[in-house]
Amino acid sequence: MGMTLAEKIISMKIGREPSPGDIVVLPIDAAMAHDGTAPLMIKSFNEMGAKSVWDKEKAIFVIDHISPSSNEGTSALHKMMREFAKMHGIKLYDVGEGICHQILPEKGYVFPGGVVVGADSHTCTHGAFAAFSTGIGSTDMAAVFASGKLWFKVPESIRINISGSFRGNVTSKDAILYVIGKIKADGATYKSVEFTGDAVKSMSMDSRMVMTNMAIEMGGKTGLIASDEKTRAFLEGRIRVPFKEIAADENAYYVDDLEIEAGRLEPMLSCPHQVDNVRAVSELEGTPVDQVFIGSCTNGRLEDLSMVAKVLRGKSVKVRTIVMPASKEVMLGALREGIIEELVRAGCAVGVPGCGPCVGGHHGIPSPGEIVISTTNRNFKGRMGCAEAEIYLASPLTAAYSALNGKFTVPKEVV
Amino acid sequence: MRIKGRVWKFGDDISTDLIIPGKYKFKTIDFDELARHVMEGADPSFASKISKGDIIVAGKNFGCGSSREQAPVVIKHSGISIVVAKSFARIFYRNAFNIGLPLVESKDLPDYVNTGDVIEVALSEGKIYTKDRTFDFKPIPDFLMRILEDGGLVEHYKKRGRFIWETQ
Repeated sequence: MGMTLAEKIISMKIGREPSPGDIVVLPIDAAMAHDGTAPLMIKSFNEMGAKSVWDKEKAIFVIDHISPSSNEGTSALHKMMREFAKMHGIKLYDVGEGICHQILPEKGYVFPGGVVVGADSHTCTHGAFAAFSTGIGSTDMAAVFASGKLWFKVPESIRINISGSFRGNVTSKDAILYVIGKIKADGATYKSVEFTGDAVKSMSMDSRMVMTNMAIEMGGKTGLIASDEKTRAFLEGRIRVPFKEIAADENAYYVDDLEIEAGRLEPMLSCPHQVDNVRAVSELEGTPVDQVFIGSCTNGRLEDLSMVAKVLRGKSVKVRTIVMPASKEVMLGALREGIIEELVRAGCAVGVPGCGPCVGGHHGIPSPGEIVISTTNRNFKGRMGCAEAEIYLASPLTAAYSALNGKFTVPKEVV
Repeated sequence: MRIKGRVWKFGDDISTDLIIPGKYKFKTIDFDELARHVMEGADPSFASKISKGDIIVAGKNFGCGSSREQAPVVIKHSGISIVVAKSFARIFYRNAFNIGLPLVESKDLPDYVNTGDVIEVALSEGKIYTKDRTFDFKPIPDFLMRILEDGGLVEHYKKRGRFIWETQ
């Protein structure tokens, strides 16, 4: 029997073919915690009596969730992270550097065949680079920081094959929302979700990361895409290990197969208060919007900001529109290309690279009854800090057109 | 290990945002403070109604969403003894055992009981007793049971000086 992508990466680490359900212990190539999870990680690490971090080059802290801090309590937790990082000599990416899931690939921590753990559920994002990458909690992370290893159950795999090409107004975000609507919020629990097909192959790395980022919204342990020349182009000059092309075997076994024709998809929305509550934008066209947020580890990359700027160029948004680049590198790219100026002139509030309003911890919090279109990955009740607000998830293209009109709008193609 | 308590019932897809909203968890790791907001998104007065030893019973995909370990910790810290659900999200599942909160998966029990009922969970036997019925569940994997018996992963490591999976 051939191996799925998840099985193949695990086999490279343990030196034998794993079977789904096996418990394996894997050495960790990168371990990350952020300001929402690092403080508890530090507490567990210290309580365990662990003395030092197993590998200073592989352990990373990022301050991105409440960044910059909005209150004294958070500031104290940030300080606790800075002190731990200094004491143990590990790298901390501080306020303004960006979102952990954007920073890790940019800074070369992620590579095909690597095993990445993050104390954040969207760590599955890094599967876009054919890394086995999954979210864990703070105490598991403390164990990793202490020992450099962690146990995993070898997951079964689901294959999502997307063939053909998308219509001009359909993005990878629409594709992944469609997939989640089919598989549902728990349909991939404990499983690896592998994305294949020529539509995936032709996606940019920015677009691929949108697909793998949202694997957790189906319960997935990780989302994975085979590495190819695009992966290589992104990682060149960033990673310190030799690049590998890794793909699943043709005769690999998948517990489930979903076939999607890209050309049949239309712009999609995830409606309150469940990510799997998915409808076409056309069904809600005309509904007034109060706030638009463009950013996050799902859709805050250069490709996204560039798409939004093309829609808004020379025009003005009708509702408050908040834009947060995913990282400093994205921000610099957007500055160089004149994107930031176009967004600001169009009336967008452009902020510090980081998680922004996504998690509802510090700013951009909607008021009760307000309707928000957001390019993020979760719309749970209370997610953005207000339990009575309604959050709709959409592509940056849908978000930009809706910002322009002040109401839900089916986007047009952007050339 | 046998756990007896009064049931508080919830539905499907109880996310970690409902268990402990992000707006609180970024400000402190003081669990006396955080536990005042336990399950606030699903039932705003939950913290004031529960007593030590009570049991949460829920539908499928309990603990979905973020990896925040604060979610199982606030549940445990508020005095809840165990969560029985049709299924759990995987990060929540790992986190709960790591911090010493037992979880049991049962497809049938959640539809059978209501808030206020008293149930007894016999962890090692794999049985849940209600006043008139017995439900079987798949026993908790052996090495998770050992972490739980030690009181969570931190206590486990303190006691043994190594992680259970390092012996493999």
